[in-house]
Amino acid sequence: MAAITSQPVVSAKLPGWIAPLAILIIAFAVVPFIGSSYLIEALLLPFLALSLAGVGLNLLTGYAGQVSLGSAAFMAVGAFAAFNFNLRVEGLPLLVSIALAGGITAAVGIVFGLPSLRLRGFYLAVSTLAAQFFVQWALTKFGWFSNDDPSGVIDAPKLTIAGIDFDSSTGRYYFSLIVVTVLTFFAWRIASSQTGRNFIAIRDNETAARIIGVPVLRTKLLVFALSSFIIGIAGALWAFAYLRTVEPAGFNLDRSFQILFIIIIGGLATIRGAFLGAALMVVFPVVLSRVGSFLLGDLFDSGVLDMSQRIVIGTLIIVFLILEPDGLAALGRRLTGRFRPSTPEPVG
Amino acid sequence: MESFDYLFFLEVLTGGLLSGVMYSLVAIGFVLIYKTSGVLNFAQGALLLFAALTFVSLVERGVPFYLALALTFAIMVLLGIGIERAVLRPLVNKPPITLFMATLGLSYIIEGAAQLLWGTQVHALELGIEDVPFEFYGVFISQFDLFASAVAALMVIGLTLFFRYTRVGLTFRAVADDQFAALAVGLRLPRIWATVWATSGLVALVAGLLWGARSGVQFSLSLVVLKALPVLVLGGFDSIAGAIIGGLLIGASEKLAEVYIGEYFGGGIEGWFAYAIALVFLLIRPSGLFGQKLVERV
Repeated sequence: MAAITSQPVVSAKLPGWIAPLAILIIAFAVVPFIGSSYLIEALLLPFLALSLAGVGLNLLTGYAGQVSLGSAAFMAVGAFAAFNFNLRVEGLPLLVSIALAGGITAAVGIVFGLPSLRLRGFYLAVSTLAAQFFVQWALTKFGWFSNDDPSGVIDAPKLTIAGIDFDSSTGRYYFSLIVVTVLTFFAWRIASSQTGRNFIAIRDNETAARIIGVPVLRTKLLVFALSSFIIGIAGALWAFAYLRTVEPAGFNLDRSFQILFIIIIGGLATIRGAFLGAALMVVFPVVLSRVGSFLLGDLFDSGVLDMSQRIVIGTLIIVFLILEPDGLAALGRRLTGRFRPSTPEPVG
Repeated sequence: MESFDYLFFLEVLTGGLLSGVMYSLVAIGFVLIYKTSGVLNFAQGALLLFAALTFVSLVERGVPFYLALALTFAIMVLLGIGIERAVLRPLVNKPPITLFMATLGLSYIIEGAAQLLWGTQVHALELGIEDVPFEFYGVFISQFDLFASAVAALMVIGLTLFFRYTRVGLTFRAVADDQFAALAVGLRLPRIWATVWATSGLVALVAGLLWGARSGVQFSLSLVVLKALPVLVLGGFDSIAGAIIGGLLIGASEKLAEVYIGEYFGGGIEGWFAYAIALVFLLIRPSGLFGQKLVERV
């Protein structure tokens, strides 16, 4: 009897780092050995890149409350900057070019974050669209960015770090996983630091934040820089590890919306929300196309798939906003909470 | 540039102003909804696509022009009521940005549904207006653009009269002024919102037909919303006059910039130039040309 009732007591006292650690162990030690290359190439690589972009946007939108519709533009800046650093600076290690690309994206993010100093709400959301269109235009228009490729396409370099070849699908998976782990940890540290609380203060009440001494202007630019840094590196992963060949049109407005949807569905202002949302966004089209072709057969062509995908995503967004505004993260918390009572019942 | 070609300048300017009217047409639909419910309705472009696509498909199936017009309008009204029921009512009292994201989702649904229903191919839309430019004191003006401006003018006059002299218009204004006070005197918000969405469906229908006649009815039609957003930012989200003047300003400066300074940027700047103007303007006047001064909640 005592052995059975002690079970929930132990799990109730599980420290918060157990679950992430377990997931990391599985991701590093189990997945590459049991996962097929389809699983890795078609699902896990885009999942990792999109999750990281979601983490970045969540800092900006979830924590600091600044809605951005230009995430894909920052991904593009990251991808093209990494490409150019790698191409033009002889002997620069790949990781350094990617980190520098993050820096460039952060700088671009600050520039497009400047309007946030005077605008908020819808006006700001609309002004981030400027980033979306301007970046896409500049990357297509000026051949220099894509090394004068006629259609603006860039090809990823060989992924070699310190002499180790990461070019296989497992290698690219490890590469992405390490980058995502490090940056997610970084984002989590920021979110739980004083800076992170400043972000939340600005989101919840800017005037009050100013009164208690939060440097509002500086913090806003900082969050734009940090979020763009992470999103830029996510873009580099998207281009180098997942797609290998990208063009500016791949970073269009739909991609920006996709990332926004990831954090809405996953849960605003949570780190794990970005991962849950990205998982849904990556897995769900695959499931939908399987189910659709099973039920409808040949009628379910790619056009129908595309349209029904839009309908389902749109519906999901609205359903989540109405029923679970805190997203999958809150849903998961409630579900596990049911199995894990916080106070164990005393048993006589 | 020894001698400045005034005639050419005038022609570009007129063309720009007239295409600005087309932007205003889309922007008015936004303003209607923003004014009365405080929602920036991103789905306006999708509504426009849906209206135009429904109309064209009906006409292609042999439905007479006016019947198709009436049917489409009826469908838009039903859609407006449905949106109020399914999306707005459960989200009452949520922050505006949540509602905005809901309309993003809504635009995905409507775009998907419209094309699932009627197919993705491009439809030509013939309104029976010839697009022949005619000469007016040496300046060539597109007849179609003039027609579009006339329609826009009629619509603005109609809406203004409607807002000012009808009972429904009065309730719209009451809701726009103060939702709580409107509720307190017994106005039924859900019904009013459904009416507003139906009205903006009508605006979407008109704008959709004009845009569709000009560039074909297809998916890209829903992207005109991206052209209307800088107009709204410039004019203020809650002013019909602002939408008109913002549209004219954006249309004119966009065309002039493309012709006169576009070459220095390598062309193709119309995708973002409107946003640049709107941004620069906003840095000086954060609530737009005619927008109400934002009252900050503390």
